[in-house]
Amino acid sequence: MSYILLRHRDIPNIKDIEVYAKHGGFESLKKVVTSMQSQQVVDEVKASGLRGRGGAGFPTGVKWSFLPNNIWPHYVVCNADESEPGTFKDREIMENNPFQFLEGVAIACYGVGAAEGYVYLRGEFKQLQVFLDECILQMHAAGLLGDNLFGSSYSLKIKTHLGAGAYICGEETALLESIEGKRGQPRVRPPFPAVVGLYGKPTVINNVETLTNLPQIIEKGAGWYKGLGTDKSAGVKIFSLSGNINNPGNYELPLGTTFRELIFNYGGGIPNGHKLRAIMPAGASSSIIRIDDSTFDKVMDTKMDYENVQSVGSLLGSASVIIIDDTHSMDWVIDKTVHFFKHESCGKCTPCRDGNYWMLHIVERIHAGHGTNADLLLLKNVANQVNGKCLCALGDFSTMAVTSALERFPEDFAAICPDASAGVHSTLKA
Amino acid sequence: MSLAKNIPNPLREKYPEEVQAIFDKYPVKRSAVMPLLYLAQREGGYITKEGMADIASMLDLDVTQVASIVGFYTLYHDEKAGKYRMQVCNDLPCALRGADQFLESLCQNLGIQVGETTPDGLVTLEAVTCLAACDKAPMFQLQEGDKLTYYENMSVDRTLELVTALKAIGPQGTYGGEAK
Amino acid sequence: MPKSVNLIVDNVRVTVPEGTLVVDAAKRAGIDIPVFCYHPKMEPVGMCRQCLVEIGRPMFDRATGQPVLEADGSPKMQFMPKLETACTNPVSEGMVVLTATDKAKAGQKEILELLLTNHPLDCPICDKGGECPLQNLTMGHGPDASRFLFDEKQRQPKHVALGDLIFLDRERCIQCARCIRFQDKIAGEPVLGFYSRGRATDIVTFSEPGFDSIFSGNTTDICPVGALTTADFRFGARPWELKNAASVCTHCPVGCNLTFNVRREVKSGGGYVIKRALPRQNEQVNEIWLCDKGRFASYHYTELMGTFHAEDASRLSADASEFDARISRAAEKLSAAKSEALILAGGRLANEDLFNLKQLAGSLGAKIRFYTPMGGGEYTTRLGLSAGSNLGALGKGDTILVVASDLYNEAPLWFLRVKAAAQRGATLILATARATKLDEFATFVVRYPYGDEVETIKGLVGREKIGAALAAGSAGNLVVFYGSDGLGLQGSADLAAECASLLDGRASKANNGLVGVWSTPNAQGAWELGLSPADDGNLASELKGKTVYIVAADPAGDDPRLAEALQSAKSVIVQDILTTETTRLAEIVLPAAAYTEREGTYTSGERRVQRFYPAVPARPGTRPDFSITAAIAKKCGLELEARSALLVMNKLAASETAFAGLSYDRLSQVGDQWPEVGQGNLYYGGTSYQNTQGLGAHLSLATAAPVSSTASGKRPALKETELRFAKLIAVPVTKLYDQGTTMTPAALLNSHVGDASVSIHPAAAQKIGLSNGGQAVIKLNGVESEVKIRFDESIPASVVLVYRSFGLPISGPCAVEILANQTISADSKA
Ligand SMILES: Cc1cc2nc3c(=O)[nH]c(=O)nc-3n(C[C@H](O)[C@H](O)[C@H](O)COP(=O)(O)O)c2cc1C
Ligand code: SF4
Ligand code: FES
Repeated sequence: MSYILLRHRDIPNIKDIEVYAKHGGFESLKKVVTSMQSQQVVDEVKASGLRGRGGAGFPTGVKWSFLPNNIWPHYVVCNADESEPGTFKDREIMENNPFQFLEGVAIACYGVGAAEGYVYLRGEFKQLQVFLDECILQMHAAGLLGDNLFGSSYSLKIKTHLGAGAYICGEETALLESIEGKRGQPRVRPPFPAVVGLYGKPTVINNVETLTNLPQIIEKGAGWYKGLGTDKSAGVKIFSLSGNINNPGNYELPLGTTFRELIFNYGGGIPNGHKLRAIMPAGASSSIIRIDDSTFDKVMDTKMDYENVQSVGSLLGSASVIIIDDTHSMDWVIDKTVHFFKHESCGKCTPCRDGNYWMLHIVERIHAGHGTNADLLLLKNVANQVNGKCLCALGDFSTMAVTSALERFPEDFAAICPDASAGVHSTLKA
Repeated sequence: MSLAKNIPNPLREKYPEEVQAIFDKYPVKRSAVMPLLYLAQREGGYITKEGMADIASMLDLDVTQVASIVGFYTLYHDEKAGKYRMQVCNDLPCALRGADQFLESLCQNLGIQVGETTPDGLVTLEAVTCLAACDKAPMFQLQEGDKLTYYENMSVDRTLELVTALKAIGPQGTYGGEAK
Repeated sequence: MPKSVNLIVDNVRVTVPEGTLVVDAAKRAGIDIPVFCYHPKMEPVGMCRQCLVEIGRPMFDRATGQPVLEADGSPKMQFMPKLETACTNPVSEGMVVLTATDKAKAGQKEILELLLTNHPLDCPICDKGGECPLQNLTMGHGPDASRFLFDEKQRQPKHVALGDLIFLDRERCIQCARCIRFQDKIAGEPVLGFYSRGRATDIVTFSEPGFDSIFSGNTTDICPVGALTTADFRFGARPWELKNAASVCTHCPVGCNLTFNVRREVKSGGGYVIKRALPRQNEQVNEIWLCDKGRFASYHYTELMGTFHAEDASRLSADASEFDARISRAAEKLSAAKSEALILAGGRLANEDLFNLKQLAGSLGAKIRFYTPMGGGEYTTRLGLSAGSNLGALGKGDTILVVASDLYNEAPLWFLRVKAAAQRGATLILATARATKLDEFATFVVRYPYGDEVETIKGLVGREKIGAALAAGSAGNLVVFYGSDGLGLQGSADLAAECASLLDGRASKANNGLVGVWSTPNAQGAWELGLSPADDGNLASELKGKTVYIVAADPAGDDPRLAEALQSAKSVIVQDILTTETTRLAEIVLPAAAYTEREGTYTSGERRVQRFYPAVPARPGTRPDFSITAAIAKKCGLELEARSALLVMNKLAASETAFAGLSYDRLSQVGDQWPEVGQGNLYYGGTSYQNTQGLGAHLSLATAAPVSSTASGKRPALKETELRFAKLIAVPVTKLYDQGTTMTPAALLNSHVGDASVSIHPAAAQKIGLSNGGQAVIKLNGVESEVKIRFDESIPASVVLVYRSFGLPISGPCAVEILANQTISADSKA
């Protein structure tokens, strides 16, 4: 099967505008602008079953249809903040297949009637911004952006906006604040961005990968796309594979590909003869899937899509699959994740701000070998205290690894907490 | 919030075209604050209070509003550090591939701790969170003013070579090296 | 009227207007949902997460749109799996809110515990202790013991001066952003912000010089912990030791309601000392805010007790007959002079004082003059605001016109309220000769050259959009504020006449009217009592040879020419609360009790009569003005009410039609106010005082056509005289922090007051060789004074702004000469 998103792997010079055009590039944009109504584009995307690739998996066409028709202008904002530890797919798309990505942004803009699209890049993607700005200029020069596209009355601009180092700006409302020149802190919802978004106007926010699908969906039809992947999780997904794996990297595979295929067929298995111990399928925000002899096959045969990953106690999220081998202990893993979330908490709401500060203290104490059974219980308790009480999902994310590690890997903690007995496990589960 | 608007704007005088382009880009003035802060950081590698005040006056903001942006985002700096900030990712995915040991060994070789600057004032070593390059660990980014370059699949030796190259250029020049 | 919504909060049924937030709906039902970041005066941000509750909404069948019912026929409720914030969710029909279930309580407790992880819990040494929402909520809902290790708490600086008035204790801050949001959204001076992020989030100011906002004190009232404290009260007293006394601020015509906190102190010899001023809620006047001048400069002169009238304080207090002797002498002089006597009354006097003075003048056949730099009161008495008016009600469809006034400096709370009305959608037309802070919020800004005020107003009606907004008969309301920026008595009176014509046909309609931005708290009262203004051009000559009785005014301090004129008066009798330039020239000084030491009423610029109450006992040897006047009158053979202000008011109300129907009882009535503040509701609205002592009442409008005592009907004098040929024209303007009599003793604000200075456009200044910040000698009305030069690019190049109440002789526009780099030699100074 040929690539849909990582097409540079099939067509090496596709980042050259002419090469891209030669391979059917911009035909979809031309098609929607010259022969389709906005509503038809929305309907087509709905029919394709495309779901958001940024993490939440919300049906893209449905999201577009929430924009009110009596408030203008509309904006499209592409979320290229890519900051979840373990995620590096959007960067590969934008660096190597930029025109398909930008065409996708343009199609989304047309679909929701936006005359301006913003690409929000994380600050670390400075060079990528320079590159994309070049690409945008080339599209202008080729009449693919700007006024009266393809002789129609439709005009479109795409702009890049560079962040400056803040994971939270991947959260869609924080991202909007950041474009507006404010601290990247999430907004209260409702109102949702579909109604009150960028500069107070109706706004659609989609991930890079989500949008990069669009040119192919338009070209080959919703039915074709719907036919890929599984029934409820249509299409392909890029899995960012990292950690203790022989061949780390991005893998574009149909949704529903099993863990076994990804890890052992594509990823080449665990290096140095070590054993697979844990998987974090959604980056640092994952509940950690425990792998041992008894669960190995069940997990390996689990399909990676929006529904099935839940059956092994986690979520697909942005499919940033972090592989952890049996040389690592979970107290170390959650020390890393809590450190990350404490560093990235925007500080707006109490549970996340103070909870992560507190969790980090406890985790460090435990990891340093000074923890007690009471600390384990306290940690679990504080995580529960944070979970479900925050303004945005970052707070919840920060507790996922902690809670699941404590529950699923009690022996790791028992080993370093002197007074933690075998009873810990059951107490923790309670 | 000053009522007098005609005070000179050093940033505008220094980079007239870039400033104008930034202003032209956004429908709402305030959005220009982040790109302008990068400009202000271009030369010294950090943003001075005067720099913030300059941007505030261009955007009709209070200097505190500008400062609170500087304080929020990690790529803006309010204090002088080394000419280059070597920001090593040691987040979970990179750490699983040896980033902590890599960082440790850099510390030893450079004779500084994380957060410190080499005595010649050239390189500040920092540990940062995930940079979306997890499959290419160990890796770091090199920040110089408003420039950022990724260095991926790095070894300690290759990193030290880079440091030597940076030293050779000295405090005045700019490193034009390509990312690896 | 918005639609009503019915909901049930913890089994209590409430009906509230659509759009009400759950937390407010609960409050109306008498149920307190704990909050920290939410403040009823600001948009919700939902960031502290303290207000977690369970919210159920009726389920509807998707297909039929019909409510889904339980087996018993009651509507089936859908509860979210997560707790929700009561402060961000608006009510909806049929909603069920559970604030006290185990789940909700657990959530609230958990948030509180998290907040306390880094809180220092230093209540025993915290100024907020005793009136602290965090402390109260911790008592009510908090955990018994901390599970957090004390060693791991974040250590932070504890005495950070954000400016010279407000201090921050970084450890106590709970990052609710109330202070930041107040400064940004309500005050419009966003000089506070968060720095860093996550747990390192910190309140900072990068502004120069520091937290410099004239509304800064309010942040300490709404800060729900002891993170922000004021320089005057910090470590000054504990809230529970304090008694309180309701009062009214005297610094401007707004008449903000405030409360003085008082205690007896060893260091004051066991005497009563005012420790601080806090806002007292009056939603129609100052809501729950005060400006810093009102907060920090309202009471300090009572601390000067020992030095007051130093030369005879000891004699007076030792011997009451000494006071009587002075009264007798004053009475002798006045009754000898009869119609040759001149009474000069200041706008700091209460209605009761003015009433007695007026009667005394009447019986002597003497002239009584209102000492004021601004005219036009004969219009505001007829066309001012009337019963039912509330600036808080103005919004979309209404128009506010502000002419020749810098409300920010002259009446800060009106600035806030006008700004808020504009933000609610009212059309704000600003006609001023120079840029002011209000420009930013105005719908239309009209600039004119100083001197063209009347012409400009005439021209407004003819403008398309502005004219439409002003047009009489349009559905909305029209409030016109006029001031004396750049104008003297005559000019402002002419301006008032012109503004009055805009209000034709609207008089007596609530929320419509002409408001004078006076310089004193009771100027409106003086006009209402029919006092005529002292003609600023003529006053000096009028004083010559007269027996003058000056009450609560300092002409000698204001203008050296008047000081000189007083030397040639026949006798000078001065009654005041403090030593002034004028008391120094007096033959007889009558020491009066300050407004903090007695009771009385003021009439605000909005024509609202409000009571003030004694906070501290009168200093020995002082008496209230009305009773001094009554004592003099008695010696002159006239029986006036001397016993109490209440009794004076009864007489006043009986004989002055505007005051008809008013009584102290009526003025002290209170009603429901929203939001709830003070007492047990500290967490909700802040430490502002609940108003239990009176909201005041509006005067009724005068119906007679105005007597044109001050209005000439002509354009202001500016263009008419020699001014036409002057190179530079000086115009008087007002600065909030000036050297006024009651301002100077507030040491905390001294650095904000500064030296006498004038502002000039740099272009004009450079021509004469002036430098910014340099010294110069300025010649005004024949008097030379030394001033500091300040450059201001926002003013016209042909004028020099001269600030009132800095001892510079200016009452209206006049020619000016500036001599650069000169000082007045020591001998000529003397
Ligand atoms: C803390 C946080 C971080 C997020 N980071 C990203 C991100 O880096 N990139 C992204 O596309 N979505 C991110 N999201 C998800 C976005 O909020 C949003 O759901 C997504 O951009 C929507 O696009 P989609 O529908 O195409 O997935 C993040 C969400 C949260 C709560
Ligand atoms: S200082 Fe007070 S008002 Fe300001 S954020 Fe901190 S706790 Fe809130
Ligand atoms: S979140 Fe509701 S009061 Fe703070």
